[in-house]
Amino acid sequence: MARIDLDHIRHSYGPKPQGPADYALKEVHHTFRDGGAYALLGPSGCGKTTLLNIISGLVEPSEGRILFDGNDVSRLSTQERNIAQVFQFPVIYDTMTVYDNLAFPLRNRGVPADEIDRKVREIIEMIDLQEWAQRKARGLTADQKQKISLGRGLVRSDVNAILFDEPLTVIDPHMKWVLRSQLKQLHRRFGYTMVYVTHDQTEALTFADDVVVMYEGEIVQIGTPDELFSRPKHTFVGYFIGSPGMNVLPVALDGQKAQLGGQTIQLPAAPAGKPAGAIELGIRPEFVRVGRSGMPVEISKVEDVGRYRIVRVMLEGREIAAILGEDEDIPADPKVSFDPAGINLYADSWRIATEG
Amino acid sequence: MLELRNVSKVVGRDTHIGDVSLTLSHGSLNVLLGPTLSGKTSLMRLMAGLDVPTSGSVWLDGKDVTGVAVQKRNVAMVYQQFINYPAMTVYENIASPLRVAGHDRAAIDREVRQAAELLRLTPYLDRKPLNLSGGQQQRTALARAIVKNAGLVLLDEPLANLDYKLREELRAELPRIFSQSGAIFVYATTEPSEALLLGGNTATLSEGRVTQFGPTIEVFRKPNDLLTAMTFADPPLNTMLLTKRGNRFELDGGLSLPAPAHLAGIADGSYTIGFQPHHLTLAPADDRAVAVKAKVTVTEITGSESFVHLAVADEKWVMLARGIHNFEADQMIDAYIDPRHLMVFDSTGRMAQAA
Repeated sequence: MARIDLDHIRHSYGPKPQGPADYALKEVHHTFRDGGAYALLGPSGCGKTTLLNIISGLVEPSEGRILFDGNDVSRLSTQERNIAQVFQFPVIYDTMTVYDNLAFPLRNRGVPADEIDRKVREIIEMIDLQEWAQRKARGLTADQKQKISLGRGLVRSDVNAILFDEPLTVIDPHMKWVLRSQLKQLHRRFGYTMVYVTHDQTEALTFADDVVVMYEGEIVQIGTPDELFSRPKHTFVGYFIGSPGMNVLPVALDGQKAQLGGQTIQLPAAPAGKPAGAIELGIRPEFVRVGRSGMPVEISKVEDVGRYRIVRVMLEGREIAAILGEDEDIPADPKVSFDPAGINLYADSWRIATEG
Repeated sequence: MLELRNVSKVVGRDTHIGDVSLTLSHGSLNVLLGPTLSGKTSLMRLMAGLDVPTSGSVWLDGKDVTGVAVQKRNVAMVYQQFINYPAMTVYENIASPLRVAGHDRAAIDREVRQAAELLRLTPYLDRKPLNLSGGQQQRTALARAIVKNAGLVLLDEPLANLDYKLREELRAELPRIFSQSGAIFVYATTEPSEALLLGGNTATLSEGRVTQFGPTIEVFRKPNDLLTAMTFADPPLNTMLLTKRGNRFELDGGLSLPAPAHLAGIADGSYTIGFQPHHLTLAPADDRAVAVKAKVTVTEITGSESFVHLAVADEKWVMLARGIHNFEADQMIDAYIDPRHLMVFDSTGRMAQAA
């Protein structure tokens, strides 16, 4: 497995990019460390697939270099880069058995027969297709075929990296749990360098050590799931990660206090320096407490989604969401307060550092 | 009101739909929940009249419509793949069913603009569908289904191909759109969380049969049988086969749980207990909580919560814990089962009931 350096990469699908708006991928300068599990997360059109295709060699970047373990591979083909890829839809040989589909990439590389057998059996067990091993792939269901694709991506241990492009989209929810945790176990055991593209936050957060959040061709934050949850660097990260996303409210700052309409909110710390621009306070629904003390609100809607409830309230003329546990009550005269641990401040959508 | 009376569909030797009876009322949202190949699409095709049942009958507002072709019924369908007329503008796409029905120009314009407003498509009315995002394309297909003013609207995994956040937004809008029309809405999904967010009623499907039908939250909280509980769980339901002896459920050489008070009287013997992952906790939720020794296999962190995958005896369980917990693989931990939320199923899979 290899370390991957993205050295000042930019990409435009048009011939002569003029300004930043012409770039599908604005400057990316970043290192994926050897053995790291990364997710590229963002809405469609954010540039995540372009970035993955640049790593795999399907797309040659307009500018910049890509290095595997320090060697420039920018001009090398996908094959020469020696990577494994898993796509959204199954790529397998219908006329081959499940076993042969998995053995194929190894036979191609001249791996000894006993090692092929050991490896293929291990993968078949992981994707739970033991009973189908000697059956032709043709008759299998879509999600079984996708499991074979996934297995093919994992069968070779001599690759530089394994790249996944939305690999679980066609898989049923219950199977997703199984495959995701198996991917994670495999990563722990073999230390593959993995890059995983998805628009599904649960998949990204549970799979990766580090999640790369992309928005309009740019990386807006790289962080652990915890960092993205508790300290979103940009209001987009707050919105995109979490369900419902972060509440963002316009406020005026006064030292260690924020003024929201007629309400004063005590901040955990004063912002560093003198922030300029549009100032907003971000608070996730998980940190909004509904109870008998705090700011008076009107409840507009309560959604019982099983293990918790989403409570939508009007606060100073704006709707915000709060999450309430199964056993918590909503008082008759409801008020809300913000847990200071969950308060973040933003100037023109970027997070402001605080003192201390 | 749409009624399915003992409807079955057999193709060759395969039973696609087995003896389904359902009554769906106007203005209601009905979710068909089940994994791939559980019969959701087959059932919708029977409701629409695209297929004729092998046995049983379909009734619409008191009239037997079994065998009446889809063209002669007032049905709208939206599929997982966005289907629009690529050469037409969004406006013309939405207007098309109204033109077919021969409405006058002013009425068409009014209806199209109203639907566009509802689905937030007003700025895109002059564009062609292929120049729109996936979410906008699917909203166009939904708008066309709305203006058709159909009595029955069938949505087959309509959000499955959309980005996560767009799904969240449309999912929040759909119940509002539904409630404004008086139609019968049927919505197929593989995802339990989607059913819970949509609310309404849910029919759980397994191998072509409806295992339970009722208000969504009730089916989730009070499943009649193990199959329903498993279909309606994401993360998967935690289960274990235990032996009831007196007032306890036991695993030989291991776990011992107090029987819930209302089940103290049921016969001794084998039962499957089940409970949701959020009812397995790191700290006792209640003084009656029971500790279980469990081995961690893997931990997944979502930011605010951790999914801790555990091995307990021969079972694989998932704990959904609040906060971030980074356990090492193979580490032994104490997990607490909250007996208040224990579901008990007899050997046939039915929810155990005190006689």
